[in-house]
Amino acid sequence: MTESTMLAAATDTPFVIAGRTLRSRLMVGTGKYKSPNEMVRAIDASGAEVVTVAVRRVNLNRDTDDGVLPHLDPSRYFLLSNTAGCYNAADAVRYARLARAAGFNEWVKLEVIGDQDTLLPDTAALLEATRTLVADGFVVLAYTNDDLITALRLEDAGAAAVMPLASPIGSGLGVLNPYSIRTIKHRLSVPVIVDAGVGTASDACITMEQGVDGILMNTALAAAGDPVRMAHAMRLAVDAGRQAHLAGRMPRREVAVPSSPSVGMLE
Amino acid sequence: MMERAVSPDGVIPVVNGEERTVAAGSTIGDLLRELSVSADAVVVEHNREIVRDRTRLDSMVLATGDSVEIVHFVGGG
Repeated sequence: MTESTMLAAATDTPFVIAGRTLRSRLMVGTGKYKSPNEMVRAIDASGAEVVTVAVRRVNLNRDTDDGVLPHLDPSRYFLLSNTAGCYNAADAVRYARLARAAGFNEWVKLEVIGDQDTLLPDTAALLEATRTLVADGFVVLAYTNDDLITALRLEDAGAAAVMPLASPIGSGLGVLNPYSIRTIKHRLSVPVIVDAGVGTASDACITMEQGVDGILMNTALAAAGDPVRMAHAMRLAVDAGRQAHLAGRMPRREVAVPSSPSVGMLE
Repeated sequence: MMERAVSPDGVIPVVNGEERTVAAGSTIGDLLRELSVSADAVVVEHNREIVRDRTRLDSMVLATGDSVEIVHFVGGG
């Protein structure tokens, strides 16, 4: 392919959330890396612009400093604070407000967890927290399950993006219900970003092939044998899945259809 | 509440969930300096109210039983 053909083939609509155009459809977390250095190199290799962080107490005993900001260049990355670990709407709202007071932006990746074993969301509390935070001026990206009705309600409640899970957080099981993800994408107007459950590059590719706008992942990188190489693989997989979606796959058939002409065969 | 040996000069706020004795009249700004925490790198919540304007930290005097939360960003997904 010539360079101009390659550029034409890669053409895509911009990825915009709440008026902000993002340069990558891959968003990454910053948790569970072996070292800050490994995290920084993996994020760099992923090409991500949006990077998630969590709000926690400062360790006042000073023997360890677990702060993540000294390792992230704020001119290069867009910080997306989460409300991970919150089990009710009031706590999630409190964490979101603490994060906003840090002064970076008004965005929040809203999580309200309903169950410790599965980390599945409490969708009623999620809707309540979404309404409160939207009314308070937040740009809410709501982590939810793969349920269409909840996704529609979140959109109605003013969520700037809806983030259905592929499978439970940290499970690496990949997309368990591509039909649900596709249906949510078809029905919502706001961006749909699959958050949680992607385990390896093929999962990311299949996820993007469903037509969603982006993916957020953390453990798939941090828990990989080589997080930096996996981050590179995920970057390629997200691009590949997106391009395959835009290209439109061939129809599935239950019978073989020859690729070579059936005429012109020798007698 | 347990009986405590409170110094007449000290107050005991609860800082990040732990009681900490500080000199009477200490402000949150004093507390942060004592803990070697840079105010610019953290967000402070005082009695469940976020201190949005960091310049106020030096005028917020601590009392026994006050709740002070000092938070920052850590790695997360």
